[in-house]
Amino acid sequence: MPAPTQDSAQIRAPDEDGGVPDGVGRYSLTALRGGRWLHMGVAATAVAGVAGAFAFTAGWIAPSRLSQGRVIDRFEQVNGVHPGFRRNHAKGLCFTGWFDSNGAGARLSKAVVFEPERTPVFGRFALAGGQPYQADAPNTVRSMAINFALTDGEIWRTGMNNIPVFPVRDVRGFYDQLAAARPDPATGKPNPEHMNAFLASHPETVRASALIKAQPPTGGFADATYNSLNAFRLVDASGVSTPVRWSMAAEDPVRASQPASVGSQDRNQLFDDLIARMNTGPARWRLLVTVGQPGDPTNDATVPWPADRQRLDVGTLTVERVEDEGDGVCRDVNFDPLILPDGIAPSDDPLLSARSATYSESFSRRAGEPKTPSAVQLSSNTEGTRQ
Amino acid sequence: MTAPIVFPAASRILHWLMAAMILTMLFIGVGMVTFPENYHWMLAVHRPLGAAILVLAALRLLNRLFNPPPALPPDMPGLMRALAHASHIVLYVLMFAVPLAGWAALSAGGYPIVLYGSLRLPPILPHSAPLYAVVHTAHVVLALLLFATFLAHLGAALAHALVFRDGVFEQMSAFRAATRRHRDTPVQ
Repeated sequence: MPAPTQDSAQIRAPDEDGGVPDGVGRYSLTALRGGRWLHMGVAATAVAGVAGAFAFTAGWIAPSRLSQGRVIDRFEQVNGVHPGFRRNHAKGLCFTGWFDSNGAGARLSKAVVFEPERTPVFGRFALAGGQPYQADAPNTVRSMAINFALTDGEIWRTGMNNIPVFPVRDVRGFYDQLAAARPDPATGKPNPEHMNAFLASHPETVRASALIKAQPPTGGFADATYNSLNAFRLVDASGVSTPVRWSMAAEDPVRASQPASVGSQDRNQLFDDLIARMNTGPARWRLLVTVGQPGDPTNDATVPWPADRQRLDVGTLTVERVEDEGDGVCRDVNFDPLILPDGIAPSDDPLLSARSATYSESFSRRAGEPKTPSAVQLSSNTEGTRQ
Repeated sequence: MTAPIVFPAASRILHWLMAAMILTMLFIGVGMVTFPENYHWMLAVHRPLGAAILVLAALRLLNRLFNPPPALPPDMPGLMRALAHASHIVLYVLMFAVPLAGWAALSAGGYPIVLYGSLRLPPILPHSAPLYAVVHTAHVVLALLLFATFLAHLGAALAHALVFRDGVFEQMSAFRAATRRHRDTPVQ
């Protein structure tokens, strides 16, 4: 803001408006003959400059920027567009239940969910990948997403996978891996040249893949343990922050994984197995908080923490029943891992913000799309053969 | 004449404060959806800043009732005058509509509307994905319209300051109140 003189801070009379020829209104185009082109140019340049900065920020003139829109575009290129479905973890089943905190977590976090009380939850079991009618396969990553409705009205959402570490450490790696792993139309398998080129420039993915392969999947959804993968911070009432990762560890005894649907027509083998399991009664998981020590990487989900880290049992998740997505509570919910209550905070892991951003983009795209029935239906759980 | 020469101080403070907030907000709005690794902190600023803009917009509308703006120069052509009035109506409508649409979108999307820590706003629409799609699109379109209107406003302000030199820009840019209004009245 300039500091005008007293005289400038008032409406000027036309006749004191130097530079405009006599008898010509100062608002007339002819007034510009009075040498005001330069000033007009300054004004136009200022407007164009602000507009240009805005266009750059919005990515309109930065086509190489890896925006969340481009990440989701790539999911659609690899998997095709399946309107109404999540662009990743597209095939799933809703659940409802509750979480009984034992109070042990309150030592590290002021979040109400860690006080010794019951928190209602709903959530979603899903398979990684953007194809909502893909056939279940044991090696496909399984996920558990949860919405905790805290008693003070806050919401905590978390999405966890049954693998020990994440294969990539940032959004660029994720984007490039999607392309490298894209099945070749000719063979139906990823092109080894593309994958080898990706792995050559991503040694962290090579190391993470070895860890993932070393931990074979369990028999189903109910006996699987799901890991936060990303680090977070628990914050106590005095503001002390502790780096953590967490896991939902199944109480069901682990069964060996079955080979992929040999001789079976059931494309929903894993989900139908879960539905059958739920018919026998609630399934439970213990929420284990792994407490990080100084030096444990919080910004790299490809690296495991040392095995001897303290694992604090903070309570039990009870999944009471499952519901298919059509009637279920989970379909139109974005399980954004950064929807956190006061007392749980993000770490410095860049993947967290990128997950939050891309989940939001996926949610915004699918929210307005027409819905078709999900592959997994409770009412007729042998009808998994759509598509 | 008793017409004020410059905008009253409250109006000028509200104007420049909100100008900075709204411009920041518009840049954050388009930036957070194209920089995924900065999305979280930008969104964390976006929500409380939007709520603050909505509150200030209400204050500003009230202020305008009690502190009417100064008159435009009498020789300003009718079309320019009409455009000035229309663009200000659009600016006022959008100062309310954009944050309200954002709040409505978070509500319909089933998101908690967190301002800071455990401080939240209540939802103003039921959780509904189709509703979210409509309101979220409206939020984006109206925000882009607000930016376009802001550009027109900026261009007009600079034209008044540099090209027309009619004192209209100084009505808002003045640091101090016009203490000489009783001696030097605007041209009649």
